[in-house]
Amino acid sequence: MSTTYTDTDAPLGKNELAQLVAADIANGAFVNLGIGQPTLVSNYLSPEQGVTLHTENGMLGMGPEAVGEQIDEDLINAGKIPVTELPGASYFHHADSFAMMRGGHLDVCVLGAFQVSQAGDLANWHTGAPGAIPAVGGAMDLAIGAKETWVMMGLFTKQGESKLVEALTYPVTGLGCVSRVYTESAVFLIGPDGVSVRSTHGTTFEELEERLPVKLARA
Amino acid sequence: MAPRFAASAAEAVSGIRDGATVLIGGFGNAGQPMELIDALMDCGATDLTVVNNNAGQADAGLALLIKERRVKKIICSFPRQSDSWHFDEAYRAGEIELELVPQGNLAERLRAAGAGIGGFFTPTGYGTLLAEGKETRIIDGKGYVLESPIHADFALIKALRADRVGNLVYRKTARNFGPIMAAAAKQAIVQVSEVVETGGIDPEVVVTPGIYVDTVVEIGGTNR
Repeated sequence: MSTTYTDTDAPLGKNELAQLVAADIANGAFVNLGIGQPTLVSNYLSPEQGVTLHTENGMLGMGPEAVGEQIDEDLINAGKIPVTELPGASYFHHADSFAMMRGGHLDVCVLGAFQVSQAGDLANWHTGAPGAIPAVGGAMDLAIGAKETWVMMGLFTKQGESKLVEALTYPVTGLGCVSRVYTESAVFLIGPDGVSVRSTHGTTFEELEERLPVKLARA
Repeated sequence: MAPRFAASAAEAVSGIRDGATVLIGGFGNAGQPMELIDALMDCGATDLTVVNNNAGQADAGLALLIKERRVKKIICSFPRQSDSWHFDEAYRAGEIELELVPQGNLAERLRAAGAGIGGFFTPTGYGTLLAEGKETRIIDGKGYVLESPIHADFALIKALRADRVGNLVYRKTARNFGPIMAAAAKQAIVQVSEVVETGGIDPEVVVTPGIYVDTVVEIGGTNR
């Protein structure tokens, strides 16, 4: 586990970041991986970790994406991608699935984000752009449901603005819910005392302090 | 009372009238009762309020009901998808009302209706746009939003198998909203791949007890 705290000279690629998140997940954990970048984490979970994946459309023990003859239209994940079932899997209806989440039975949820605030507020469901058709899906339930919510995202927008912000400018998904943010440039921990930097990748603590609009501590 | 066994999907949905609230099962295509939705299209009922997780995909099922402007209001969690063009067009034209609900709240509001719960406080959505105008409460230091049950006239759902008393089992993630929608509607209409004799489903594995089921139609199809 010590390797996950190591600074690197280069920024992390998406797969390296997914590998880092996977290594941080405790053995035996029940985990929900959001749509998009977080899905990559499943590629790096080792069988020895004994992690059970939850998908909010009603399954525990989800296996890898289905290929060829494995594809079954009745067996899909929350992204509506055909998946497989592992030994020990179970199915349940939607109310049970979200009760499991809201009731704090899942250990970790990994989500993508537009922005995370220094208080751990999350924005990931709606750009707020005029004319955009809003869609929320399970985002608000996922954000506040698991014992820990981790975010994977690029640290900067295409325009170079920090997505780790003092206060959200995008519509809120959940308040005070994010405890970790994994980015290509650094891993941040968010707690009652604010934001701390656990590791840096292709940058330095001082550079981050200069570029980010939030107060940073060293973890 | 034992359920009615309809000879066709058309017969199964024939009681649905203009202005009805209709729950439609399915998450994406898994569990979507396509034959019942097609029959609802053909029966002509309009001015419907529809509850589904999505707002129709591509050119089939719910998407066609929306295309034909038969749905005046949709209550769902995730309307916008790459292939939701019929909803997108109706919405941008101001010809369909959208009530957007977080997915877990949608499920719990349906469960509450079936369970006789008058409302519940949930942390999901607290502090967000989707809680605006709703009663909130701080319980043990955490914010909650008051949500109300979603009652309906009809539910259209898909199960794998029914017995003659209406007990149901489902298949894999096609279960999704089926059990809670069956309980939430005054009349649950179920399409199944096969009907077996009473006693043909182990009581230990029944997912939806027949008490919730009003009409069954055997469609055939997937029966793995």
